[in-house]
Amino acid sequence: MVWEAVFLFLIVIAGTFGELCVTRAMKTIGEVKDFRPAALVRVMFRAIQVPWMWLGVSLMAVAFFALLGALSLENVSFVVPVTALSYAAGTLGGEIFLGERVSRRRWAGVFLVCLGVTLVFIGRK
Amino acid sequence: MKPTTANLHLKTYVLILLVIIFAPLGNVLLSKGMKNVGAVTLQSPAGLGHVFIQVFSSPFIWLGIGFLLLFFVAYLLVLSWADYSFVQPASATSYGVVAMLGHFALKEPISATRWIGVLVICLGVLVVGNTHPRTTEHT
Repeated sequence: MVWEAVFLFLIVIAGTFGELCVTRAMKTIGEVKDFRPAALVRVMFRAIQVPWMWLGVSLMAVAFFALLGALSLENVSFVVPVTALSYAAGTLGGEIFLGERVSRRRWAGVFLVCLGVTLVFIGRK
Repeated sequence: MKPTTANLHLKTYVLILLVIIFAPLGNVLLSKGMKNVGAVTLQSPAGLGHVFIQVFSSPFIWLGIGFLLLFFVAYLLVLSWADYSFVQPASATSYGVVAMLGHFALKEPISATRWIGVLVICLGVLVVGNTHPRTTEHT
């Protein structure tokens, strides 16, 4: 029981915070405007030099192993709907951690996405 | 709409389209590759080595990893200008793509509840997609 809760917590929190860190890293690089392959390679090279990127990717790795751990204890049809919470956590994190201005309309859309993801996994055969 | 705003919308949608194509394709290929390997039972270190060789000699696995790398690059690029609270829900469309791929390519049965879920996701993405992709200051 305790491990299950720990794994689910890590999936949602470490996964979301990892992606938020990765976003923050990419925001410090700034808007990519040149899409030629050589320019994209330069962007990726700059990205891996930002500490936020490493923190983000590490947290995403933690979330991935927590997912494997949770799947070894519980059915996938229980585990994955819980991850729908990540959409709410991500939007909240975008507001607080990245200073994004989330309008009421966007929140409504996020709520529908959460609901839809839950239905997709309830309807699993 | 100013030309720069239209441009920002267009490139955001193109990159999100790439994200929702590459991620499901990568996952489906990995899944196909692993199904070919069969159920992994870990009994001895030698057995683990054998599984390792089997996994990494599968072209499906390499193709899958390739698509997931492309997915990650597209995801990083779009996050260099768009809000995370825009990109994350919009990427949920990939659940719909997975259902389509599963249904039409792998002939998996999809329940009515699941199709309704996909529909609700798409509805949510449409609502999110109607907000401006970027609400933070330009750097």
